[in-house]
Amino acid sequence: MSPLQLCVAFSSVLFAVGLTGALARSNSILVLLGIELMLNAANLNFIAFWRYSPAPSPATGVIFVIFAIAVAAAETAVGLALVISIYRHQRNIRLQEATRLKG
Amino acid sequence: MTAVLALIALATIGTAAAAMTRRSLLHSVLLLTGSWVGVAAFYLWAGAEFAAFAQVLIYVGAISMALLFAVLLTRRSREDFAPGPASRGRALYAILAGAALAGVLLAAIARGSLAVAPSPVPTVTVRQLGGQLMGPHAASLLVVGVLLTVALIGAVVLAAGTGPGKPGDAP
Repeated sequence: MSPLQLCVAFSSVLFAVGLTGALARSNSILVLLGIELMLNAANLNFIAFWRYSPAPSPATGVIFVIFAIAVAAAETAVGLALVISIYRHQRNIRLQEATRLKG
Repeated sequence: MTAVLALIALATIGTAAAAMTRRSLLHSVLLLTGSWVGVAAFYLWAGAEFAAFAQVLIYVGAISMALLFAVLLTRRSREDFAPGPASRGRALYAILAGAALAGVLLAAIARGSLAVAPSPVPTVTVRQLGGQLMGPHAASLLVVGVLLTVALIGAVVLAAGTGPGKPGDAP
């Protein structure tokens, strides 16, 4: 098994773990954690292919990862604000009970 | 080299899987922070030091703190700490979906043409990164800056909005 295959397999398994967590748990914070894990697995792929590919520009993969981390940070901030807002309305953060969008 | 990678992968996946199965939300967040440290270790292993530092600063530093605050702000009492489990069937289907996805991806990796020859670690200095970000990627940098600003303002508005909840009943 070449190192690149190992890297990509690592990121695939991490993605599958994140997907399982996001699907299985009913707590919205845990679902958010699963999504974060999937985003991290995608970033692993960027770095792995940057490390093992003859790219014309030496910084491409790292720049991709920096942008992805910035977008993930924004997503987490909005997600946590939504969780707190739902909690204020419903006194609960179970996803099954968050069925109303009207405040 | 490969042994170190395997070690990092095992530690990261192990902590992530443990985080997804814990009953206590606090334990989940702390374990997932450990998993993010593992991802940063992978970046260091691959020679992307700047990405590793960004990962440690943003994920291990900032996002984990925000998650801990959200966990502590949204519990009603000490007994409410462990969230009720999802139904057994739902967990089973989720594990099935995750295993199917992992199987498809791993099979594709195993028979794909990813067997490249080992190459030297590419080096990228912070100076090069800055030049790239300010030169060819300046427009994307601006867009990301605007996105972050809008998202953070939106988060503040969402979290601080005055709903029907009584103002004094914050936990």
